[in-house]
Amino acid sequence: MNKILKHLGKYLLMLNKVFSFPEKRTIFLKQLNLEFKKIGLDSIGIVTIISFFIGAVVSIQTAYNFESPLYPKYLIGFATRESLLLEFCPTMLSLILAGKIGSNIASEIGSMRVSEQIDALEIMGVNSASFLILPKIIASLLFFPCLIILSISIGLIGGWVGCQNTGITTASYLYGIKFDFNPFYITYCLIKTTVFAFIISSVSSYFGYYTKGGALEVGASSTRAVVYSSIFILLFNFLLTDLLLA
Amino acid sequence: MIEIKNICKSFSEKLVLDNVSFNFKRGKTNLIIGESGSGKTTLLRSLIGLNSIDDGEVLFDGRDFHKLKIKEKRKLRQEIGMLFQKGALYDYMTVQDNILFPLTMFTEFSIEEKINRVNECLKRVNLENCNHLLPSELSGGMTKRVSIARAIVMKPKYLLCDEPNSGLDPKTAILIDNLIQEITEENNITTIVNTHDMNSVMEIGESIAYLHKGKLCWQGTKDDLINSQNKELNNFVFASKLFKRLKKS
Repeated sequence: MNKILKHLGKYLLMLNKVFSFPEKRTIFLKQLNLEFKKIGLDSIGIVTIISFFIGAVVSIQTAYNFESPLYPKYLIGFATRESLLLEFCPTMLSLILAGKIGSNIASEIGSMRVSEQIDALEIMGVNSASFLILPKIIASLLFFPCLIILSISIGLIGGWVGCQNTGITTASYLYGIKFDFNPFYITYCLIKTTVFAFIISSVSSYFGYYTKGGALEVGASSTRAVVYSSIFILLFNFLLTDLLLA
Repeated sequence: MIEIKNICKSFSEKLVLDNVSFNFKRGKTNLIIGESGSGKTTLLRSLIGLNSIDDGEVLFDGRDFHKLKIKEKRKLRQEIGMLFQKGALYDYMTVQDNILFPLTMFTEFSIEEKINRVNECLKRVNLENCNHLLPSELSGGMTKRVSIARAIVMKPKYLLCDEPNSGLDPKTAILIDNLIQEITEENNITTIVNTHDMNSVMEIGESIAYLHKGKLCWQGTKDDLINSQNKELNNFVFASKLFKRLKKS
């Protein structure tokens, strides 16, 4: 318990340092631009591939389970949309991004720590936490929702491709994905995504920022960043779903 | 001048610095020497707040560093240049961007002025035309020299060097030592060099503090060191056969 409180305290102190006004706006914007590329643009490929295949598999499995002639065929499109929107895209994609982006953030900051680059920033009088971590958090908060919207769109296309061999017409699939649409689900999906974005970027930064030792410890920090980000994503997924949908 | 008074520092139960006091003189190259694990790096890091201290005072021209507020500390740190053991250059920036960084962060100079200042510093460390190289493309000696250029670009009042010639061949090591001494004299700054390299001690040791098991065991100049009767110091300095022979002669 003591250990958990110690980590929580250190994490909050780090966030207090992170959320201070940037020393130089031009440098902050330059860093932010770099992070948009690293965190956002470089993830588009993996998000597209994963979303497409998840969508395809979800629609095939739904079709397989809806074999009874009593079920209308458009329910396959409907179920695919609901699964992607409510769970697969925000949560599964965030778990995958925790692996990709979380480990990247932790190892990058961890390497800077063990090679004394963070100390060099501090000696110059730079607030190293704000300089390194704030652009990552802001870039994640702004870009993750875009990635998830992209993921939902690609997933629905994947769903359409997937159901081509299951005897469902394009018209009934399209009818299904428009059927009984609740716009709040988009809000719910984006709220979850934003919270997960904050968890991934801040938790990973925390493990990177407090790395001690050498290359082995950087690897360990990177692993810890992914494990803890994933655990917190699952925990907050439960809490937010209970809070927003129950 | 940097004055340290009764510095104590421990990690968990282990006392690493035990009541260390010393005056690092302005315009001189002050050396901290001692065996590995004697507390040299801890002392250097404690001077500038990279490590907290348990007790004592660190006075930068009368300003007690550890009693300053965070903003005041950051302001004071802008007067400090530091050369790290591994260089600590930013991997993703070119040599020019590494040296430009503090200027962009803390000054309002125009781009031409900043580039001119970078070129001046690179010239000072004999690395002209290396502006667009990445740290991964530099040799050990070049990395140290770029790191010196970055440390002096803001015209610091204090220059701290943590084992500046570790991992370098003797010729490059002497080059780096001499460069540090010249910069110190030219700019009349307070320089502290942390080393266990005896060649450096004999080359630039104007004011030396010897740390042994976390205590200040001896202080003096390189000439005093040759004739010292301090047993621990002699065991450390004259550990090699070459230096033993020199001592006898």
